[in-house]
Amino acid sequence: MSKRTGTLMQRTYLVLIFGFMYLPIAVMIAYSFNENRSRAVFTNFSLKWYESLLHNDAILSALALSIVLAVVSSVIATVLGTLAAVGINSMGRKSQLLINNISYVPVVNPEIITGVSLMLLFVMARSLGIGGEGGLFGWATLLVAHITFNVPYVIFNVSPKLRQLDPSIYNAALDLGCTPSQAFFKVIVPQLTPAILSAFLICLTYSIDDFIISYFNAGTMQTLPIAIYSMTRRRVSPEINALSAIMFVVILSIILISNWVDSRAYRRDQQAVRKALSAEGRR
Amino acid sequence: MLKTKNSRWLAAPYLVWMVTFIVVPLLIVIWYALTPSQTSAINAAAAADAATAPTVVFTLENLTQIGRYTGVFARSLILAAEATAICLVLAFPVGYALSRLRANKQHIMLMLVMLPMWMNFLLRTYAWMSLLENNGLINRLLGFFGLGPFQLINTSGAVVLGMVYNYLPYMILPLYTAMTKIDNSIIEAAQDLGCNLRRTVTRVLIPLSSSGIATGITMVFVPSVSTFIISRMLGGGSNLLIGDLIELQFLGNAYNLNLGSAMSLVLMVIVLLCMSFTSSFDEESMEGVM
Repeated sequence: MSKRTGTLMQRTYLVLIFGFMYLPIAVMIAYSFNENRSRAVFTNFSLKWYESLLHNDAILSALALSIVLAVVSSVIATVLGTLAAVGINSMGRKSQLLINNISYVPVVNPEIITGVSLMLLFVMARSLGIGGEGGLFGWATLLVAHITFNVPYVIFNVSPKLRQLDPSIYNAALDLGCTPSQAFFKVIVPQLTPAILSAFLICLTYSIDDFIISYFNAGTMQTLPIAIYSMTRRRVSPEINALSAIMFVVILSIILISNWVDSRAYRRDQQAVRKALSAEGRR
Repeated sequence: MLKTKNSRWLAAPYLVWMVTFIVVPLLIVIWYALTPSQTSAINAAAAADAATAPTVVFTLENLTQIGRYTGVFARSLILAAEATAICLVLAFPVGYALSRLRANKQHIMLMLVMLPMWMNFLLRTYAWMSLLENNGLINRLLGFFGLGPFQLINTSGAVVLGMVYNYLPYMILPLYTAMTKIDNSIIEAAQDLGCNLRRTVTRVLIPLSSSGIATGITMVFVPSVSTFIISRMLGGGSNLLIGDLIELQFLGNAYNLNLGSAMSLVLMVIVLLCMSFTSSFDEESMEGVM
């Protein structure tokens, strides 16, 4: 087989796979503009499903709940996880291994297990009379569940960075008269900021996206994925198509913007390096 | 750095959290799985006993009851295994092709692989629901050529398709990561030394990407075997999986927390077995999960 037919085959195969991955989404987006309720025939271009989506109170309040829940749980998880990473880092090898292994449990366990195990905890709390007759189910249980599955991602994002830090910088800060807490906030935290920030973003996306764990711990509350789920239970709901189209565009723009910011930062770094090198050369 | 005794205490809030919301809930699952359910005869006897001596009765009744659902467990394992195998076959060439592209192209292609993953999986599954319907787009197209209509939705094939579609990126990404570490010259050397395509793949590419294969298998098999949404949306009522059974015990009509816990326990054992199997191929099999 010649090299050229090889690359041609590779290209064709990639096109087919990406077609498989994107065609269903493309069809949904196309049908979001369909005037007809039917998912089979395309009659007329119309924006009416977008309009009815904007007047769908269930979806809008679910979206609001999802955003608030994501922000609150991510902030708490990030603080809890960063502190934990610093604390774990100064422990002995054996305790580090033990804690890391337990923290891996929510990451590798099927989500349904994490969901039902937390639900059982809250059921037990209810049978002990905590939270009254309905128990704690609702906002509190959702918050606890989201923090629980988010913290490990923070720890595993921050810990590697923490290990790379140069200990002498922290010691230098102490020698120069910083108190330990000053040294922590003025020297350690700034160096960890990129890792903490990316951990926070990971938490936000996991939290907004989560359906299974929330489903078991939401009580009667509806996060956005739960609201979507109840929409799919109805036979035909063209509003879902409109919602998918909007989400796709939002996600696409977030990715493009973050890419653009990244590549700008990269180019700036390169320029700085070149400038530094040429300055070096002049000397 | 920071290796002072005091800084250890920073982890204290998390440790409390971890024990309360990770360790204790799992222990409660085991507890529920091993204690009689509210409706069972043993419990009635226990209640009678409790009047005289309050003791906890442990029982294997919940676990033995699972025997009635052997068919569902077998179906879950088979469908998840099928989906994992299909994902592996589909993703292997993709991972290879991506890893041979120039760096800037690789970046764009990776974005393309990940973009559908960012859509909520309910929406992605719903998309297939409307495509596979009896009067959905696919049957319309086939009808245009005088074929069909075929029963596509509410079949086990549709469930496997849903799994493959949802979890394919989880197979592509670790394979790609493993294959970027394979130097082109190694592949060229194999070909110079007389390997044909098949032998290059089986003797060079597969052994060198085994870590990615192991990670990919875990990352596709675990969510596939435990799903309950894909089977419900694409499988109709006749393709129940373990996940559906568990969901029915906790939130559905079957409401039986003890039996549900026993099923969860079995599911956890299945997942642990699967992971110890794949990690035996590779020490760093969790690499790339994050």
